[in-house]
Amino acid sequence: MHKLLQDKPGEKMFLLGNEAIARGAVEAGVAFASTYPGTPSSEISFNLFRMARESELYFEYSTNEKVALEVAAAAANCGLRSMCIMKHVGVNVAADALMTLAYVGVKGGLVIISADDPYMFSSQNEQDNRYYGKLSGLPILEPSTIDEARRIIADAFDLSEDLGIPVIVRTTTRINHSTGAVEFGTRIPPKTAGTFEKDPFNLVTVPAVSRNLHVKLLEKIRRAEEISCDSRYNVIQGDGSLGIIANGVSATYVEDAIRDLKIQEKTRVLRIGFSHPMPAPLVRTFLSGCEKVLVVEEGEPYMEEAVKAIAQEAGFVNPIKGKADGLFSRLFEFDPAMVREKIASYFDIPYEVPDKPDLSDIPELPQRPPNLCPGCAHRAVFYEVNKATADMETIKPTDIGCYTLGFLPPLSAGDFLICMGSSTGTAGGFSKATSKKVISYIGDSTFFHSGIPGLVNAVFNNHDMTLVILDNRTTAMTGHQPHPGVDMKAYGMEGYNQISIESLVRGIGVGHVSVIKPYNVKKSMAALKEAIEYKGVSVVIAQQDCALQVKGTKKAAGRPFTVSDRCKDHRTCINELACPAFYLEDGRVKIDAALCTGCSVCAQVCPENAIVPLPRNG
Amino acid sequence: MNVTRLIIVAVGGQGNLLASKVLGEAARREGIAVRMSEIHGMAQRGGVVESALVFGPAESTVISDGEADILVSFEPLEALRALKKCNANTVVITNTKPLPPFTAAIGRGIYPDIETIRKRIGEKTARFIEVDATRLAAEAGNVLSVNMVLLGTLTATGLLPLSEENVKAAIADTTRREFLEINRKAFEMGRQSV
Ligand code: SF4
Repeated sequence: MHKLLQDKPGEKMFLLGNEAIARGAVEAGVAFASTYPGTPSSEISFNLFRMARESELYFEYSTNEKVALEVAAAAANCGLRSMCIMKHVGVNVAADALMTLAYVGVKGGLVIISADDPYMFSSQNEQDNRYYGKLSGLPILEPSTIDEARRIIADAFDLSEDLGIPVIVRTTTRINHSTGAVEFGTRIPPKTAGTFEKDPFNLVTVPAVSRNLHVKLLEKIRRAEEISCDSRYNVIQGDGSLGIIANGVSATYVEDAIRDLKIQEKTRVLRIGFSHPMPAPLVRTFLSGCEKVLVVEEGEPYMEEAVKAIAQEAGFVNPIKGKADGLFSRLFEFDPAMVREKIASYFDIPYEVPDKPDLSDIPELPQRPPNLCPGCAHRAVFYEVNKATADMETIKPTDIGCYTLGFLPPLSAGDFLICMGSSTGTAGGFSKATSKKVISYIGDSTFFHSGIPGLVNAVFNNHDMTLVILDNRTTAMTGHQPHPGVDMKAYGMEGYNQISIESLVRGIGVGHVSVIKPYNVKKSMAALKEAIEYKGVSVVIAQQDCALQVKGTKKAAGRPFTVSDRCKDHRTCINELACPAFYLEDGRVKIDAALCTGCSVCAQVCPENAIVPLPRNG
Repeated sequence: MNVTRLIIVAVGGQGNLLASKVLGEAARREGIAVRMSEIHGMAQRGGVVESALVFGPAESTVISDGEADILVSFEPLEALRALKKCNANTVVITNTKPLPPFTAAIGRGIYPDIETIRKRIGEKTARFIEVDATRLAAEAGNVLSVNMVLLGTLTATGLLPLSEENVKAAIADTTRREFLEINRKAFEMGRQSV
């Protein structure tokens, strides 16, 4: 049995934050879950995916976050406890559904996980999704510890059903990817059969209906504020006159800082874990005994603005600070020492900042950026496109996935990127605004996620572009999740359909469509050249399984290669392909046989034909 | 009880996540609170993987610059890169086998010589322990058990509030059965290397 399905209340386990959230969902009796994978949320859905195979839970990888939310919204409107999981920028994709779903509401609980990523460990921005609470009117809950991440899910479902609207649980990477002790609670058996009651005057959002629904939503927000004041996630600790307000992981840094600085007697802390709506009466009570207040929150001054507004109304005039020069930044993530130092300086607590090592004499160290895997077919495609366009001026919009890594030299395969699917939309803009040839890269999963509308647009408006779809039959970057183009039998699952990218592209009416096998360098280059020379929209589908996913299986490419003594040290291989299986030893190029997948691309690139398969017994 | 802060750095694929899992399990057996955080977004694509483990009475799961009590590195260059996490009282343990990053191979950056690494870390921290963990792991029967060698060395320093028995039991609990003998041997070799 999956470890998170066990019915053992009181059992203590050491779990990843994302496992704790998945366990919380199980305890809450979740019956329906949907997602589009995205770091740092991916392990939540991956665990639900696995549990769905051995329980009554329905789980799906949806094509994108908007669809995932629509699917879950319907299930929740049939009375099923539903969960929809995404990373913070995924909420942008789902926002159209989210904003009006807030009006329509839900019957069964609907919990939306927004996994924010301060510092952008693996994201394109560090937006603070607490503002989605304000924008949509939906309640926001934020755990501070791993065990709380488990417990908060059941409370979120109760709250959602109580108010009849979805509840957003906002985490940050340091919750999702931290590990700590979790104590299992009891499981509520899921209700898995839904019923839908027709009620068009409340469920079909034509203007006349929505006008009524907005009135009702405001009433729900008012009630949510009352609940927020009594919530166990909004608590005051201590009764000193130095006030600190904190949320999420910052609250744990504050707790440590207070202990380290020995100022328990002097401080009072308001921990906000129910952050939308902000509990105004509770904040007023808190402020009334404070001489000075510091707001500790990563990201935007969300609480700080609210607290200042509440203070103004209450006539509280003592200083309230958070984001300011010399205090906290809106940039990146916090850490315990930073919070300790700022608390000490703001409240004039004696504290000697410990000496840090002087690093001025450390030489500049070579970077170790993540790199496409050895044998990754994306590398082959990038090389082939670079060669096919060697004498041309090009613009290469790229997209989100492993292949984004190709933007680094020497492949330099990527000139512009803003969001999922943007390679197809921006290509049209570049082609109309300049006279350069536009070649866009997009992965298969990202193409299904949000690349299709941009391609339709390009065909309709007759843009001049080549779209290279890097089809490796998986969502590799986030841990090899399936997508609509994948054969689910490979995951041991029946009852799915598989969508052919080629038929889809032809169906749209793309003027020039070709399919290449990128490990065949000559043929691929010829096909790419032809596609790129085509005036109008051309699509090249590069089909090759993800090398990491097939490593060690029958689908793996073959025997490793080695550099023979025919090598004349041009270093075309290492300098132009940059496969990590290469290394230099005594100034000569070598191939690490343990890393080489046998894709043979470098052997085709070498002008001396010096790269040869490793003899079987060699 | 004091708080003990341990940072483990490695190159993706070197098995440091398993090492932290073992320590987490050992702490559970010991009845000691532990929290850890990991930055492993690109672990499988050859990037740097960093785990922070905080033992004892604290709430945070991350370790600020200058605040690690112990640094364990699976690779010497990465030990030097992680020096910002250390202070004058930190004990640093590193595997001595270099894994030059690809950037050095294509001439973007120079891999520092081992003498520089030794000197810089040695003069800025309390103790610098070098282990040829890759060689010892190979001798134990599997180059992939570098993590077990380093766990052995770490345990032998007595700096963590974990008994040798509990670390061994945690290894038996968390690692694959077919590798257990090799892992035990690797752990033992690491333990004796100090
Ligand atoms: S995981 Fe797959 S797609 Fe991603 S870099 Fe590795 S081989 Fe390429």
